[in-house]
Amino acid sequence: MTLDATLHGDVLVIALHGQLIVGNRQALKQRVLDDIESGTRKVVVDFANTGYIDSSGLGVLVSLAKRLRELGGDLRLANLNADLRTLFELTKLDALFQIADSREQALASF
Amino acid sequence: MVSSSALDFRIPSDLARIEAIVAQVVHRCRECRFDARQLSLNVPVALTEAIANAMLRGNGEDAAKEVRIRAEVSEARLVVEVEDEGAGFDLDACCTDPTTPENLEREDGRGLFLMRTLMDEVVRVEGASNVVRLTLRRR
Repeated sequence: MTLDATLHGDVLVIALHGQLIVGNRQALKQRVLDDIESGTRKVVVDFANTGYIDSSGLGVLVSLAKRLRELGGDLRLANLNADLRTLFELTKLDALFQIADSREQALASF
Repeated sequence: MVSSSALDFRIPSDLARIEAIVAQVVHRCRECRFDARQLSLNVPVALTEAIANAMLRGNGEDAAKEVRIRAEVSEARLVVEVEDEGAGFDLDACCTDPTTPENLEREDGRGLFLMRTLMDEVVRVEGASNVVRLTLRRR
């Protein structure tokens, strides 16, 4: 998995390329935590190029969203394929996250 | 369980090795005409969870300890056994529901839930508490 990070105004957009799983979830976590340390409070994770996520990946998203909300911000998700949506529904995490159909929609939601 | 056509891997407890093993099992399931959703969701996620559990909990993240993955795939079903070098554990004792309101914001605790939800059967192998067997019938 690789990730591209770009700033859109005050929103950090992280585009993932590959699966978000136990072997690489720390890269996403550390990147966002570093940006939080620098003042970022609004984050969109774009899953357009991700096939699946495991429980560790889901856990990192939960952890980062919690941290950002504690600081008055949020982490929102975009471009989930049908499998990813199913994972969020099975785990009921769809209730915890704002999930947008596109990156633009996620950006506009802030 | 393992026939001459089965996949059989022994790998060190290195999380970076999981994805390639999973891809090989998925490939074999594709050859056996498993349903697209099973190929893209059920098999990769459940198998990733099982191998990660073996490395992290069974082997305690000790890179010197190995995980063995044996997969037998047919047009009827996938059966995978994941074996670690740990003391074993009671699957039925690990029954936390991560979807309840009090657990929803926890970072951990979804692995076994996903394995059980995405597979038809997840059991500890009789007489070998450090071996977990996952079964998925082809759709």
